[in-house]
Amino acid sequence: MFNKILLASDGSEHAIRAVEKALLLAQNNSNAFIEVVYVVDGDKSKADVLQNWNAVDIDFKRKEKLAFTEQKLKHAGVRYEINILHGDPGPSIVKYANEKVFDVCVIGSRGLNSLQEMVLGSVSHKVAKRANCPVMIVK
Amino acid sequence: MNLTMIKQSWFGNIKGDVLAGMVVALALIPEAIAFSIIAGVDPMVGLYASFCIAVVIAFVGGRPGMISAATGAMALLMVTLVADHGLQYLLAATILTGVIQIVMGIFKLARFMKFVPRSVMIGFVNALAILIFTSQLQHFVGESWPMYAMVAGALAIIYILPRFTKAVPAPLVAIIVITLIAVFTGSEVRTVGDMGELTQALPLFLLPDIPLNLETLMIIFPYSLALAVVGLLESLLTAQIVDDMTDTESDKNKETKGQGIANVVAGFFGGMAGCAMIGQSVINVKSGGRGRLSTLTAGVFLMILIMVFNDLLVQIPMAALVGVMIMVSVGTFDWSSLRHLHLMPKTDAVVMVVTVATVVMTHNLSIGVLVGVLLSAIFFAAKISKVHVHSLQLEAGRKKVYVVTGQLFFASVNDFVASFDYKEACEEIDIDLKAAHLWDDSAVGAIDKIVMKYQDNGTKVNVIGLNHESSVLVEKRAVYNKPDAKAANH
Repeated sequence: MFNKILLASDGSEHAIRAVEKALLLAQNNSNAFIEVVYVVDGDKSKADVLQNWNAVDIDFKRKEKLAFTEQKLKHAGVRYEINILHGDPGPSIVKYANEKVFDVCVIGSRGLNSLQEMVLGSVSHKVAKRANCPVMIVK
Repeated sequence: MNLTMIKQSWFGNIKGDVLAGMVVALALIPEAIAFSIIAGVDPMVGLYASFCIAVVIAFVGGRPGMISAATGAMALLMVTLVADHGLQYLLAATILTGVIQIVMGIFKLARFMKFVPRSVMIGFVNALAILIFTSQLQHFVGESWPMYAMVAGALAIIYILPRFTKAVPAPLVAIIVITLIAVFTGSEVRTVGDMGELTQALPLFLLPDIPLNLETLMIIFPYSLALAVVGLLESLLTAQIVDDMTDTESDKNKETKGQGIANVVAGFFGGMAGCAMIGQSVINVKSGGRGRLSTLTAGVFLMILIMVFNDLLVQIPMAALVGVMIMVSVGTFDWSSLRHLHLMPKTDAVVMVVTVATVVMTHNLSIGVLVGVLLSAIFFAAKISKVHVHSLQLEAGRKKVYVVTGQLFFASVNDFVASFDYKEACEEIDIDLKAAHLWDDSAVGAIDKIVMKYQDNGTKVNVIGLNHESSVLVEKRAVYNKPDAKAANH
């Protein structure tokens, strides 16, 4: 049974598909607990601070991004928690996954082509390679 | 602040801080030189400033992990001072800037940062980016194709290298490669050495060589005030960004005083005024810097590099620095503001554009910020001065109720008074102010005026639904409810 599920999300379409798979894993398991993490990249910090009046607004905007995810989780009636981390997305997720022990990590694949992947680097690949728990990459 | 906290802010992250500090020092050198050239002083002035400010702020700053040094925003403000009066006046202005900032810190003025709207801050960084870019154009004048090719080469390295490795800072690689090409091909492009002197000496404590009189103060004070304000704006904005990146809090008033102390020290040691740098602070945090040690390392390592590589620094072609500055300009610009311009509230977009336009026209960031803040204050007043009044007929037209919604103050009373019909046939009028708020004398005066106009026509008026603050104001200042009332008493 997968009791502790880490769900890495950026609120995108691909991440929403990952939510559905995470819910499948949690189905019929009353012990299941889904922990959603959203990582704010350093460059994003600058834009967010510039565009929002204060820290309360920034926090609200970020939570808003995950609103659809949260709605799905609530609807499914599963226990969950949302955390916002700061740093480089790949390493931050890996660090979090390894510090707190999880039974599985679910993450959406962004569906980049091979050139984009070489240029941008794939967060899901980094997590798959370096996290200690099983990783499910949702396509 | 207890001992463990101090220890944590210094030695909580030794390895990460030292490595990040060294990366920052490498990235600081070209910027400090380029900003000196923008200001019109020898490269040493910017380098000394960066060393002094980084080292001092490491001890007295309120935001551990933030990098402060010579900056473009400050350099752009001092151009005319240097051109008209020379370096010594700049050093004096730098010291005075620090003193003003210390005073602002003592009076805890950092809290007023919340009155600077985001649209003004976006305009600030965008204007800064534009000015940094345009300040580089003069270096293209009178140059030939080798210089253009070098700028293009530097930019290519800066933007392509990070795709393959992030272990070394790309701008540094660009500078080394372009310098090597220039040296080995013996090309005659202009170098840093042509722009001014680079000495191998440590900064010395010196009093600025200026006459200490009122005339000098009148010359430097406007510059110092602008430098102090712009420096704090950028520093506090950067502090917020570092707060967000590291998910920690910082002491903004301590930072304000710290910036002041750092500028005073920089001025006495032959450096120009500086402030926190957004770009460098982001590099520092991304490279793993968190504590005060990272800022100290950046300053000290910068000085070591200047001492050791002095002979090489003078051979850096200007073309390489222009490339780095173009990168700084592109990185400073808030590109998402262009994408979101049509989504922003119209008044916010206007404030942003006006701020940018003012700065580009005046070459002065502080004037742009002032204009932006004033304009958004006017927009705000205009927005909340809209008062809605709607009326209901009761008792077969014998009674009428006016329901007022909005803020009643000096800017809104004209429309408010005009929205009543004074020639009505009804016998009794209710003015319902449940959803309104009276803020000042003008508001009370307006109520007086309305009530008396009706009373002159023999109509009975009841003012109802005043909230507590408003009724206190009416009790104190209104005349309509007192005998022998005359509206002109205000």
